[in-house]
Amino acid sequence: MATVRVREPLRKLAGGQSDHTVDGTTAVEVLGGFERMHPALSGWILDERGHLRRHINVFVNGERGAEGTAVEPADRIDILPAISGG
Amino acid sequence: MTELLVATKKGLFVLEGDPGEPFDLTSRAFAGEPVEYALRDPRSGRLIASVTSAFHGPKIWCADDPSGEWEQAGGVALPEGGDAALQRIWVIVAGEADGALYAGGDPGVLFESHDGGATWELNRALWDHPSRTDWQPGGGGLCLHSIVPWPGEPDRLAVAISAAGVWLTDDGAKTWRRGNVGLRGRYLPEEDQADSNTLCVHSLQRAPLRPERIFMQFHGGVYRSDDAGETWTDIGSGLPSDFGFPIAVDPTDPDSAFVIPLNADMDRVTSEGRVRVYETRDAGASWSARGEGLPAQDAYLTVLRQAFCRTGEGSPVELYFGATSGDVFGSGDAGGSWFEVAGCLPPVHSVTAIR
Repeated sequence: MATVRVREPLRKLAGGQSDHTVDGTTAVEVLGGFERMHPALSGWILDERGHLRRHINVFVNGERGAEGTAVEPADRIDILPAISGG
Repeated sequence: MTELLVATKKGLFVLEGDPGEPFDLTSRAFAGEPVEYALRDPRSGRLIASVTSAFHGPKIWCADDPSGEWEQAGGVALPEGGDAALQRIWVIVAGEADGALYAGGDPGVLFESHDGGATWELNRALWDHPSRTDWQPGGGGLCLHSIVPWPGEPDRLAVAISAAGVWLTDDGAKTWRRGNVGLRGRYLPEEDQADSNTLCVHSLQRAPLRPERIFMQFHGGVYRSDDAGETWTDIGSGLPSDFGFPIAVDPTDPDSAFVIPLNADMDRVTSEGRVRVYETRDAGASWSARGEGLPAQDAYLTVLRQAFCRTGEGSPVELYFGATSGDVFGSGDAGGSWFEVAGCLPPVHSVTAIR
């Protein structure tokens, strides 16, 4: 299982832990599974269509990823807010 | 003491004071987040706010104390697995039934709560309306921004969507019908100006003492309906411009309405560099400027559709509005004179008041 790493405010909604192990073979599968493990997170990372929210970035083993990025069991996914203006 | 909830691009600001003096800033919540709308439910005293996180999407939050812990409300989402995502909650309104609240949002959606705002449910009748695929969004999105309950009749409701016009229900939101007769979109070719899918309503307010009367600020036009939203008459003659966003009413006078004219849809600032509220006391037959105490020179403000409100049901009515400049103004005498409530806030999205 891959490791999902989060910061605040997602960490608080995920039981206060930073690292979580989640099944899945693509980034979006893993993140969907992560939201289902922690219902308080529902809709915070993926929208109702199952798409990654526009200003959320995922990094797989430190490299910028996307919804379809393949994920191996030993991989780490960081979920980070994008740099946004305004 | 009047409490103002000023929702801004960078958080919710709670201000308290009495008309005539600057208000005290007593609390700030959701620092840095765009807060679209906030109200204190007069029945429960509970605060309810809609926040559109740039990162995590739109949510509704509830609290008893703005400085305390806010709880996320459940159910504020579209059906999973579809081809649409909720973009924003524009407005939240207390309903007539016990614990009932309504929330309107983009894409043209209505949510209902029956437990004071803790949980919400999408109104499927409007969501599944067969004409939905033809609805056209306005510049701010396909926003359901106005919800006007009918005093004493919880099954009756009027809502407005930019730009899908007015929708009416008499059966507790189980079925909906259009209420657009008489509206004209001057921004369309002549033969298309009554097209119900492109009618850009900006805001609605019902006259509480004569609930079959509703006033409307349109995208070019101010209208009145005397038959509960079925048909509309243009009453914008006499205004310096009939373009604007918000509209307010004096609840003690069903012939009253207040608007804040902006130059035009291509120049959305107060006209002639002066900030003026215009008032009618004869149901739109005539309009008078109410600007004493408001900036009268080099003032080019934009007041958004939810950023103009009145307090409660009493008399004399208090009026408040905020601008995208971050200025907030108030009147303790129904617009006769104005004072600065606060300045230097972030761009104001909405203002609600309770006394």
